[in-house]
Amino acid sequence: MITLKINGEIHSVDVDPATPLLWVIRDYVGLTGTKFGCGIAQCGACTVHLDGAPVRSCVIPAQVAIDKEVTTIEGLVRNGGELHPVQQAWIDEQVPQCGYCQSGQIMSAVALLDDNPSPSDTDIDQAMAGIICRCGTYPRIRKGIKRAALAVNALHKEAATDG
Amino acid sequence: MGKWSRRAFITTGIAAGGVVVFGVAIRRGNREAKVREIVAADDESLFDIWLKIAPDNRVTVIVPHAEMGQGVHTALAMMLADELDADWSRVDILEAPSDKEYANYALARGYAAGGADFPAWLIDTVDGIFFRATQAMSLQITGGSTSVKTTGQIAMRVTGAAARAALLQAAADEWQVSVSELKTQNSTVLHDASERSATYASLAEAAARISLPSKPVLKGSDEFNIMGTSPQRNDIPAKVDGTAKFGIDATLPGMKYAAIQAAPVFGGAVSKFDPASIQDMPGVRKVIDLDDAVAVIADGYWQAKVALDRLQVEYSDGGNSHWEQGQIFDQFAADLDQSAEAGDEETDVASGDARAALRGAAQVMDAEYRVPYLAHSPMEPMNCLAWVHDGTCELWTGTQNPLGFAKDVSKALDMDLGDVTVHNQYLGGGFGRRAFSDYTVQAARIAKSVPYPVKLIWSREEDTRHDHYRQASISRFQGGLDANGKPVAWHNHYVNKHDPEEAPHIPYAIGNQRIVYTESKTHVPWGFWRSVDHSLHAFFTESFVDELAIAAGRDPYEFRRELLQDKPRYLAVLDLAAEKAGWGEPLAEHQGRGISIHQSFGTIVAEVVDVDVVDGELRVPRVVCAVDAGYTIHPDGMAAQMESGIVYGMTAALYGEISIRHGAVAQSNFHDYPMLRMDKAPVVETHIINSGEPLGGAGEPGTPPIAPALTNAIFDATGIRIRELPIQQHDLKKTDFRETDVA
Repeated sequence: MITLKINGEIHSVDVDPATPLLWVIRDYVGLTGTKFGCGIAQCGACTVHLDGAPVRSCVIPAQVAIDKEVTTIEGLVRNGGELHPVQQAWIDEQVPQCGYCQSGQIMSAVALLDDNPSPSDTDIDQAMAGIICRCGTYPRIRKGIKRAALAVNALHKEAATDG
Repeated sequence: MGKWSRRAFITTGIAAGGVVVFGVAIRRGNREAKVREIVAADDESLFDIWLKIAPDNRVTVIVPHAEMGQGVHTALAMMLADELDADWSRVDILEAPSDKEYANYALARGYAAGGADFPAWLIDTVDGIFFRATQAMSLQITGGSTSVKTTGQIAMRVTGAAARAALLQAAADEWQVSVSELKTQNSTVLHDASERSATYASLAEAAARISLPSKPVLKGSDEFNIMGTSPQRNDIPAKVDGTAKFGIDATLPGMKYAAIQAAPVFGGAVSKFDPASIQDMPGVRKVIDLDDAVAVIADGYWQAKVALDRLQVEYSDGGNSHWEQGQIFDQFAADLDQSAEAGDEETDVASGDARAALRGAAQVMDAEYRVPYLAHSPMEPMNCLAWVHDGTCELWTGTQNPLGFAKDVSKALDMDLGDVTVHNQYLGGGFGRRAFSDYTVQAARIAKSVPYPVKLIWSREEDTRHDHYRQASISRFQGGLDANGKPVAWHNHYVNKHDPEEAPHIPYAIGNQRIVYTESKTHVPWGFWRSVDHSLHAFFTESFVDELAIAAGRDPYEFRRELLQDKPRYLAVLDLAAEKAGWGEPLAEHQGRGISIHQSFGTIVAEVVDVDVVDGELRVPRVVCAVDAGYTIHPDGMAAQMESGIVYGMTAALYGEISIRHGAVAQSNFHDYPMLRMDKAPVVETHIINSGEPLGGAGEPGTPPIAPALTNAIFDATGIRIRELPIQQHDLKKTDFRETDVA
């Protein structure tokens, strides 16, 4: 039995602690937004945040996440259903096609903007090259990140003014 | 639910089912209640199976195709809604269910079961358009870039227009005015003279009692309100918050998981393993021998996978383990040689006398091109949740061919087709792979041996090694130029023809053409791969045209232009791509620009690729694409499909190579079968022409032109002519490549 905190909720799961975090999230906790793509940290479809940092959950043993905050795609939507600026930008730019890799793309983009609210093209390339999209949505992902960056920066400005 | 045998289908299915399918409102017959149960609540009037109107005036369009990211649900709904003059902000979209006695599905089941004939009396009663629509739609196959051009044009638009006509008639009857005094907009009928208006919902019941016109008048493109615009796709919101359900996400109470490994060599079988060796491992429930594969069922997927990895399985090789990739190409080459020698090639195109023209040519060019096998590698590995219970089999999976899958499973399980139900889920990529039912049949066979539902998930390794592959091929060319550099002969001999038939044909005005092929079978399973034969032949023909242009000392764009003078549609597409790309503007020393044009699935696409090659490092900053699909229903969706087709084709051109080692696929996962990533992705600009010609497809036509446009650009930058894909095996630093690499 291990205890994990996922999207702010505590889950006690009867599972071998060496099981990759991906399968614990999907099969035992029942959050299926995080996807299996390759199993060897090559495609990034399984990307989640561990204490805010993007990790490939298909190769991280679940026990590594004990006492840490795990955030999945389901945890990005704020209470009341408000989308994260990256999710909204993905809709505005009509990014997804088949959609399968997009949880990983979005989680990576959110981590990038948390770290660097005004990324250059090179920053975007570096942060996003780990996540494969077979539908070829890369040009739109790039536009989506730039649009989300504007929104995030506007929010920061607002917060600064309010403060 | 009742059973569907062929007999039942004909005697009880058609009478009422036919009424529904062909667009007449449901108001009699014993199937009414069943159909309503699926697609309509009690107080909704069902026009036919593609449309319903609810009391709150919301319009629901029912689409019979799978959504795999190509935006088909939105595009098809737009076509119906536009003809209906529906309020787009109040249109809902539903994928046609394939799990119950859906009228359209019933007919389709007849097809899938093999040889169910339409009774003559039915054909006589049905208008040709609706009949063709049903034929086109009934298989519910999504592929061949056909959804918009077939279902959309024939079924969706006709249905929308027919329903609108019935609604107008209902209003005219009610108000005692002539239809010509009425107009429609935003799901409302208006009579300006008396300032009366009525919502579609208020007229629906009366309209449902009016026979729909069999040949309603369709709008001209200048009357479109919704078609030609780019509303947001309806499937996107669920794809940004993790709620979209793909096959791999399907869940049932009490469900277990299965991992599987098939015999690595195609044609091989399981020969030996010891189930006892893993039976005590945590969570393991059962080990199943499927003859050509072994599956382990466990409480969790990870437990099943770990146990399967531990299991030592021996496989036979079906006599195929001697095959190496080099031998396969050697066989192709030998078969080409032999049949050329014997003169027993199959003829594809013969016009004029190409061989005589070659003998008389001032200059003859020879070239041989090769392409490797390719896997599809959709991001979602193959998977299927299967549950065999109460004499039925239910399947949850993503498929491009739900009825074909149901048929294959019914055969494998020796069940009536009517006892197999496919619940289609979102597809995490299709590209042709999800038209093959192997994974679903495996899941059904596994589930048959246990009382609980089982979700089978393939590993990425299994997905790479047990695909249905785009064929490897060799294509040989001879081209003749006269003394003025004008091409006078085109001779092409290639191995293995699949489809579409016209893939190797060229649009160019070259008088003497001989295009022939020779079959050369291998043990590697073949499959539809995005654009199918076009994916290789566009590389072959558009490379060779470029080589002829260079040999003639001509600009590759101008050379093509001259050969397309009698093809204005091609010319317009070629010119637009060249103009938007700035063709002819000077480039830096290390830069190059390449062009190609190819027609597939009724759509003509030209692409211009810019490359930088510095110290052998290739970069592709930009691809400019011009496309004429006749008329583009959703311009942003078309742009997305061009971007997608280009990245898919560019990935293959740069890296794609599946090779055979000891009879099996040598590659296994993304480390040795690499994909284009963000840092190498070009900017893609799409420019659309609406020529008014018949509609073409969108999902595939962007792919074929990219490989030759790219290699033509590399030639322009470096003088290196790439005749064998993938590009990554070539050293782009080697400037004497051109002389030494002749195959």
